[in-house]
Amino acid sequence: MAAEGHAPTASEYVVHHLHHLAAGKQHGLFDITNVHYDTLFFSILTGLIVILFLRSVAKKATSGVPGRLQAAVEFLVEMVDGQAKSIIHGDRSFIAPMALTVFCWVVLMNAIDLLPVDWIPTLGHALGFEYTRPLPTADLNGTLGIAIGVLMLMIYYNFKIKGVGGFIHELFCAPFGSNPILWIPNFALNLIEFISKTVSLGMRLFGNMYAGELIFFLIALLGGSATAFGFIGHILAGSVWAIFHILIVLLQAFIFMMLTLVYLGQAHEGH
Amino acid sequence: MNLNATLIAQTIVFFVLAWFTMKLVWPPIMKALDERASKIADGLAAAEKGKQNLASAESRAGDIDREARARAQEVIAAAEKRAAAIVEEAKLAAKTEGDRIIAGARSEVQQEATQLRDALRHQVAALAVAGAEKILRREVDTKVHESMLSELAREL
Repeated sequence: MAAEGHAPTASEYVVHHLHHLAAGKQHGLFDITNVHYDTLFFSILTGLIVILFLRSVAKKATSGVPGRLQAAVEFLVEMVDGQAKSIIHGDRSFIAPMALTVFCWVVLMNAIDLLPVDWIPTLGHALGFEYTRPLPTADLNGTLGIAIGVLMLMIYYNFKIKGVGGFIHELFCAPFGSNPILWIPNFALNLIEFISKTVSLGMRLFGNMYAGELIFFLIALLGGSATAFGFIGHILAGSVWAIFHILIVLLQAFIFMMLTLVYLGQAHEGH
Repeated sequence: MNLNATLIAQTIVFFVLAWFTMKLVWPPIMKALDERASKIADGLAAAEKGKQNLASAESRAGDIDREARARAQEVIAAAEKRAAAIVEEAKLAAKTEGDRIIAGARSEVQQEATQLRDALRHQVAALAVAGAEKILRREVDTKVHESMLSELAREL
């Protein structure tokens, strides 16, 4: 893998697994010329699975007695719609479906973490890809990309609900007051608020999934030690962490969806 | 932290997925849910109506039942009265008939007795005449005493 002739050391193994299948070398914090193919591939793949699955259920949806699959999807839809209804006071015709997409998509992307950590990289290697990192939510690009989408929606709804004048007025006159001396502090604080909302939304999911992924690597290393202790430790720790991770997968997706709704709900309410 | 074009691509993917869901997933499911809700509401209303109908039908059935019972009671009473009347009539008819038969028998017996008495009287008269003839062989002329003898016979 990483080095010819000998098995990779622990740090080589982890570093290899944390390496993205990128278009080129990364220059600086933000490099527009670079792209992570693996993150894109797996997020689009899971996204397609989610929307095609939902679409197939929606197409066959009947108002009569629902099948198990339809009942499960309806349960999800009603859960999301209920949350959206309680948070968003206004038109939900885009926000509620968007929240459903976000929830299902993030759940499925997170769930890739439950696959054994070497399966997909090995498969990728067999197909000729040097690096494959299948978990899109453990890539800051993946989570921050969605968070930026939410930021754009926040700005859009602020304009839509409050009007251009209303929104600009709020940016400069809230939260401290409309005194001209306070315009700059107000605006700075609002700017920080928008940035922090976006960064925290993306970072929270990224951090949780990255940490979870790293622990799976370490557990896999335990098994890789090829000792009886390592083998049993791998099975025990791997099972325990995977079971616990089911909670994290769902919880983080739910938190992500709820925060999205809350941020958009705030865009609907004036100060 | 290698931020790059993936970020922008992911944002676009996010919007595409959300748009797809809004257009093609959300409306049919919501429609199905709303339709089912209205169906359930209709069903509940129909059940309520059915319950009311049942109650009214039950009360109507009770009325009919009571009426039928009263009528049956009437019919039974009338029939009993009629039966009593028929029995009474029959009794009367039988008594009249019995009386008639008894009266007929009595008159027949009387007739018979009268006939027998008459016959007996004639025989006694003849016997008396024969006896007297034997005693009075000569002295009595039947022809002369004819009227006396018949008077005697009548007195017997």
